[in-house]
Amino acid sequence: MKILELNDITVSFRMYERRFRKRELEVLHRLSLSVREGEIVAVAGSSGSGKSILAHAVLGLLPGNAVLSGEMYYMGNPLGEKDKERLRGREIAFIPQSVDYLDPLMKTGRQVQGTRGTKERQRQLFQEYDLGEEAEELYPFQLSGGMARRALLAAAEMEEARLVVADEPTPGLSREMAREALGHFRALADKGCGVLLISHDIDIALAVADKVAIFYAGTIVETAFAKDFQGEGMLRHPYSKAFFAALPQNGFRPTRGSQPYAGRLPDGCVFADRCPARSELCAGEIPMRPLRGGEVKCVHAT
Amino acid sequence: MCPCNVEKGKRGVSVQQDEILEARKISFGYRERQILRDVSFIISPGERAALVGPSGCGKSTLAKILAGYLKPSGGAALWGGEPLPSGGYCPVQMIQQHPEAAVDPRWKMERILKEGGMPAPDVLQAMGIEREWLTRWPSELSGGELQRFCIARVLREETRFLICDEISTMLDAITQAQVWHSLLAMSEGYGFGMLVITHNIELAKQVCDRILEWKDLTS
Amino acid sequence: MRCRRHGGLTANTRVRVAVYIAASALYVLGILVWGLKMPESAYGVDYSMKLMAPGAGHIFGTDFMGRDMLCRCVKGLSTSISIAALAAGVSSVIALAAGIAAAVSGGKTDSFINWCIDLCMGIPHLILLILISFMLGRGTTGVTVAVALTHWPELARVVRAEVLQIRSAPYVQAAYKMGRTKGQVAWGHMIPHVLPVWMVGVVLLFPHAIMHEASITFLGFGLPAEEPAIGVILSESMQYISTGKWWLALFPGLLLLAAVMLFDVIGENLKKLMDPGSAQE
Repeated sequence: MKILELNDITVSFRMYERRFRKRELEVLHRLSLSVREGEIVAVAGSSGSGKSILAHAVLGLLPGNAVLSGEMYYMGNPLGEKDKERLRGREIAFIPQSVDYLDPLMKTGRQVQGTRGTKERQRQLFQEYDLGEEAEELYPFQLSGGMARRALLAAAEMEEARLVVADEPTPGLSREMAREALGHFRALADKGCGVLLISHDIDIALAVADKVAIFYAGTIVETAFAKDFQGEGMLRHPYSKAFFAALPQNGFRPTRGSQPYAGRLPDGCVFADRCPARSELCAGEIPMRPLRGGEVKCVHAT
Repeated sequence: MCPCNVEKGKRGVSVQQDEILEARKISFGYRERQILRDVSFIISPGERAALVGPSGCGKSTLAKILAGYLKPSGGAALWGGEPLPSGGYCPVQMIQQHPEAAVDPRWKMERILKEGGMPAPDVLQAMGIEREWLTRWPSELSGGELQRFCIARVLREETRFLICDEISTMLDAITQAQVWHSLLAMSEGYGFGMLVITHNIELAKQVCDRILEWKDLTS
Repeated sequence: MRCRRHGGLTANTRVRVAVYIAASALYVLGILVWGLKMPESAYGVDYSMKLMAPGAGHIFGTDFMGRDMLCRCVKGLSTSISIAALAAGVSSVIALAAGIAAAVSGGKTDSFINWCIDLCMGIPHLILLILISFMLGRGTTGVTVAVALTHWPELARVVRAEVLQIRSAPYVQAAYKMGRTKGQVAWGHMIPHVLPVWMVGVVLLFPHAIMHEASITFLGFGLPAEEPAIGVILSESMQYISTGKWWLALFPGLLLLAAVMLFDVIGENLKKLMDPGSAQE
């Protein structure tokens, strides 16, 4: 069952240049992605490339000057802005980068209980998430980054969230901390939750996720299984392959060129100008198509 | 495996014995929260050392102390056995994780690049900086492109040691590989030493001669 | 791939803000120029026209010496604005220099400048103005110097806070490490950073300076009685209010109020236009 389904999501911002001139800046371009029950899907790509915008679009937290188009479904039903507002914090939980999203004036225990939880359940969850009893009485600013993330996860479970969106759960997780986070996200997913994990760190994404969506130039070019990252040949999109080869553990081989800018994205394939397999077909609109269990946005991929 | 398998101290320009970077019993912190305690190590002239450890453990604080941005509460950072000079171009330079914060948003790229003096013409080409970028504002470039400028502006004769604090963490893998390949090639030419701070052990293995583990330094 | 962080003010708001600024500036500049170009004969004495109520010939009426009130008011306000301009000029330069010096040097310089700021702000402003003006023998010199020398502390504080904020910015630290001197960093990085805030501060200084000049003149410590000045006009009018000569106080008062408020409008709107923080409106 698909918990979240995104089809051709495009997000652009209305911007002003030189004080009065207006223009539209497209940051997400025809992005498609789905998260199934019990699945952790990581979205990996360089920082500042618009991945967080994706999280905000799903949660209905885009700023007023953003324009969103495309189809969004939650549990098979269309997900509109009103629905997002209703579901946010309940069925759709958000684990943000910082602890700023916890109410700074409310003690952690009380906060995790929320409006519908009970004290007993909260105690039980705190134990499950390795939060001592003393954490109940602490204010958010007194928590460490790891504790705050666990408190947010506990709150998500308290509300019986079906979808958890985590945006860089902690910047620069170490391997050990990633493994710890993995355990918690895994436990949530095993209870039937869908997890959308956004991270710039491919190693973390691979350690935690079932599927990895490769984000490039405002869109997702490929959705692969985490195990596909064992070899270049198992990946589908030329960018994914180039990305794989550039990792320090896989040869550290760079590819020439750079990512196109938001607002200056080419028509057709966004990777075409750096791609060895480029052909005339690449100039047209490239749809996302299923391939070997994953999905790819490339006409040549086999 | 390492693309730059050159023997220590034999790179390009000759190195001098007064180019030793030393952390001597460096401590930093407040009474209840001690971030660094008695950290000591020595990096030989022209050597490339990596410092690997988990995030949030104080690596960046140590980098700032070694580069002279921060004063330690105990111990000292020494360059050639002496404290860092307080004025003029500093022989020990640092590149930080977030290039956006390391450039003045009100300056055009060309001015940013020339802040420490004119860079050598081959530096721009080596770092993959395109002519067209010079006339742009920092907000019009990506993190990877800005980071190239931050590196290029300190690639000069006067820089004798370069501290790289998670300089490619915010970049995607391809840009990371591009930037490191260029930087390593340039460092061969200038023959300066480096301390590469990273949480990525694979990266450390690729770019350095020696790996210092954080836990060994602090215990 | 990052978005340029420009304000999110909509085009309409931006244009409206610009119109406000332009209209206010036009009024203020109009008065200033009109007053400066006005020949003395325009508000000459004419005893045949004594204390006339507002009407066709004199829309603001005339005073006890038969002088046209409109011309006197404009000339007076124009003088006030000139003095305020000089005061704002001097005060803002002091504020910029003191604020930056305090924040860049730190240590003793910082303490000393802060001490000066506290000293100035500790004394009630009007009393300080009167003291300085009195010391310099009142008159135009006295009031100008007094107004010019007492309006910098608050702005200096703002500038200092702004500079402190970027003093620890990585690009400033990197500049020092690349061999830049304190002066070069202040000129290259800090002044451009504080300039928008400072400019708004300067504009907002005007209404204070105008009001203060009018106040001390009103109290008799400022411009001499023979000069056409808003303070003088208002203090003279006090003697006639009880006899029903309402126009002597009302029109000068309104003109002064309008000038002061319009400066405020310019300042506040400039702030909106320049500050990307007040963005999503």
